[in-house]
Amino acid sequence: MTVRRRILGAMTRRPALGTASLLLPGGLWLVLFFVVPMLLMLGASVMHRGTYGGVEPGFTLEHYRRFLDPLYLQVLWRTAAWSALATAVCLLLGFPVAWMIAASRRHRALLLFLVVLPFWTSFLVRTFAMIFLLRDTGVINSILMSLGVIEEPIALLYTPFAVLSGLVYGFLPFMVLPIYASLEKLDPALLEAAEVLGARPAARFVGVVLPLAFPGILAGSLLVFVPAIGSFLTSDLLGGARQVMIGNLVQNQFTTARNWPFGAAASFAVMAVVLVAVLLSLRLRDRDRDPARRGSG
Amino acid sequence: MPLAQFLRVSKSFGTTRAVDAVSFDIGRGEFFSLLGPSGCGKTTTLRLLAGFEEPDQDGGDIRIAGVSALRKRPYERNLGMVFQSYALFPHLTVGRNVGFGLERRRVSGTELARRVAGALATVQLDPNDFARRHPADLSGGQRQRVALARALVLEPEMLLLDEPLGAIDEKLRREMQLELRQLNRKLGITFVYVTHDQDEALTMSDRIAVMDRGRIAQIGSPAEIYEHPRTEFVATFIGESNLFEGDGGARIAVRPERMVLIAREAALPFGYRFLPGVVEDVIYQGEMLRVLVQLDGNRRCSAALRNEGQLSRPLPWTPGTAVSIGWKPEDARVLADA
Amino acid sequence: MKPAPRWVIGIGGVVYLLLHLPVLVLVLFSFNASRYSVSWTGFTLDWYRALAGRADLWRGLRVSLTVGLLSTVVATCFGTLIALALARRRFPGQRALEGLVFVPLVTPEIMVGISLLVLFVLAGIPLGLGTITIAHIAFNISFVVVVVRARLEGMDRHLEEAALILGADELTAFRTVTLPALWPGIAAGALLAFTMSFDDYVITSLVSGAGSSTLPVVVYGMVRRSVEPTVNAISTIILVGTSLLIYGADRVARTGGPRQLRRIACGAARPRDD
Repeated sequence: MTVRRRILGAMTRRPALGTASLLLPGGLWLVLFFVVPMLLMLGASVMHRGTYGGVEPGFTLEHYRRFLDPLYLQVLWRTAAWSALATAVCLLLGFPVAWMIAASRRHRALLLFLVVLPFWTSFLVRTFAMIFLLRDTGVINSILMSLGVIEEPIALLYTPFAVLSGLVYGFLPFMVLPIYASLEKLDPALLEAAEVLGARPAARFVGVVLPLAFPGILAGSLLVFVPAIGSFLTSDLLGGARQVMIGNLVQNQFTTARNWPFGAAASFAVMAVVLVAVLLSLRLRDRDRDPARRGSG
Repeated sequence: MPLAQFLRVSKSFGTTRAVDAVSFDIGRGEFFSLLGPSGCGKTTTLRLLAGFEEPDQDGGDIRIAGVSALRKRPYERNLGMVFQSYALFPHLTVGRNVGFGLERRRVSGTELARRVAGALATVQLDPNDFARRHPADLSGGQRQRVALARALVLEPEMLLLDEPLGAIDEKLRREMQLELRQLNRKLGITFVYVTHDQDEALTMSDRIAVMDRGRIAQIGSPAEIYEHPRTEFVATFIGESNLFEGDGGARIAVRPERMVLIAREAALPFGYRFLPGVVEDVIYQGEMLRVLVQLDGNRRCSAALRNEGQLSRPLPWTPGTAVSIGWKPEDARVLADA
Repeated sequence: MKPAPRWVIGIGGVVYLLLHLPVLVLVLFSFNASRYSVSWTGFTLDWYRALAGRADLWRGLRVSLTVGLLSTVVATCFGTLIALALARRRFPGQRALEGLVFVPLVTPEIMVGISLLVLFVLAGIPLGLGTITIAHIAFNISFVVVVVRARLEGMDRHLEEAALILGADELTAFRTVTLPALWPGIAAGALLAFTMSFDDYVITSLVSGAGSSTLPVVVYGMVRRSVEPTVNAISTIILVGTSLLIYGADRVARTGGPRQLRRIACGAARPRDD
């Protein structure tokens, strides 16, 4: 009994103790196994490359400078461009789906389940499904050939198209769910009010639905763009040697090329893009929330 | 001896003083209300009494049954509480919700079941029907009753209620107000009731503490507060008041129902104080008829006259009529500075 | 909301098809008797039988389950505690902690994996089951925090106070009210953590040594190398397995099917950036 009293006393007299004990295990783990590794990477990125891999002491910025070479910038640019394109496609495809779900009543549960299910199933398996469809001996080519449309298989795999398809296919559910969440909260009275005021369907969509769905669109875009930028598996399996994204470049530096510092520098370049994207979206979200700013719209 | 006492209690959050040197007593068995607009500190005061907040370092003393409660945690104070959101435990049935406090006291078996059933019956819920249900399946009114039963089953000396009727519709609210008052009378438990609704406070309370910006503006029975408001805040928050300049520059308040209307040409009766005005509007409110009169200097006041058969004996006042509006000096209340 | 216009439903339907067709085709051809061509030559379970004999797959499954369960239990505990602190308490450095929890969610997996590899190599920790588990716990904490915190913020703040005034002290209130009421959220977080762990390839492949391999790592090898339908077979099994798990968890949760799923997915899919 007294032990309990003692603990209770400590908890209520000094709440900081309780808070600290809540935060300690997880916080410590994250610091040890996330922050420290990141710092090590940061350190590695400004050290000399070791002869057999690893690092050797000495400060240098050569790896960052090397990254500014057009060869590598091109990879970064390609990654960002493909990710942006994938995001746009996901938006175009995902918005109607989210709309459909938000507007349905009887089948909503089922429709949601069908969208969420891919999210839970293995990314590796789903990527393989794409391979199975796209490869030279794959389903699409076989169907086209058996229909006599083509004589030789079209190279669908290991093309930018394949990588793009993989990205869209992999991340589409991430776009749908936040937009659905926004649309679900939409008050139908607003649309009715707009209609009464004489706005036609297109005007209602642009003037009422889109602005109110904006937070969802923003969240969904972020949820697609960020993983896409950092993605590895999609371009690795669907892109082959030619369609290299930053993720593949980084992995390559740590395995085949044995150039740790350069790989680390490249990683931070990606992180920089990610952070810019996140900060930008936070800015946009805050401006969207700020009523003072809205007036100019 | 009063059951609870606040002695110059203060509570600050950061730089804001939510409760500012507040003192009052609560007597045994009393229905005591804390009334005021949002942000006046009434809920904070209740939470101080419950033990969820602690007064500031030098912020006074709270005594329950003569003993300082400052060092006591909520579970050591033997109080009951009904929250605004009811705070029913979603993972437990109604029966286990009500029995929660008893289980903490190691009551079990048939005694537990008996007391739970008794508490549910007290709040007009059939134990056989409701005990096995979950809070999620209940209506707002039913949840409120369960919250009440859960507090009452422990037979506390004092029951704290934080705007419990806020989320309930009008008609049910009136019924519940009367029920709560009857419970207070029947069980002899002291009720400490927080509300922003002055009608509610007037209906149910033995005494009301009117709060404004962290301070108590006035404490008294409903009649005292209504008939003798001390400050402009109380005069206008409770019911309506017409405000005028009195003799010697003091502010005075007169209730609309105490105002007297005479045609301008008529002779002014002796002993009243009159002002000339023009009728602006006459509003039919069923029981009462409200006459809005515009005085010179763009000021307005209103008189509330009893409806004595408006269709058969209509009022002589129509918009535009020149009138004299006045009051008896003894009906005027001199207001202290806030 | 008014029903969606025809063309929206049309596009939506097509997208649903695109979303599920590849996988359905994959599953279908796991039963195809033909080894190399995509033309249907007959129904067979040969490929599934072939799987049974593959020791590497069984080993991989065992490793995945072990790592999955272990990392889930630990990450759920740690993450729940952090969520409790973030949602119910005020403390200096709160923003910093939220950032610390949030950043792993947006960091590319490749970077997480490599940085851990660097750590393990520099610290001289041999790669194996241990390092995989450590890595999985690290990234799962964030997922659990997001889900549990979402649930906590939806819970009535006064529940604990009600327990206190009814005679329960702080520890009892936590045990009898907070934890049980929070349980669906914790379960959802745990489910998410397990799924993320079971499915992970990138990070795992970087921090696992030559010997130990989880199921995804083995499957990756199969996907890379062989053209046989055995890959289809193992893929189908994984799909069916996870689908059953999700469906089962949803049923057990009992709090309104897909709404719970949506809440889980939305809570998980939406990094806590506000």
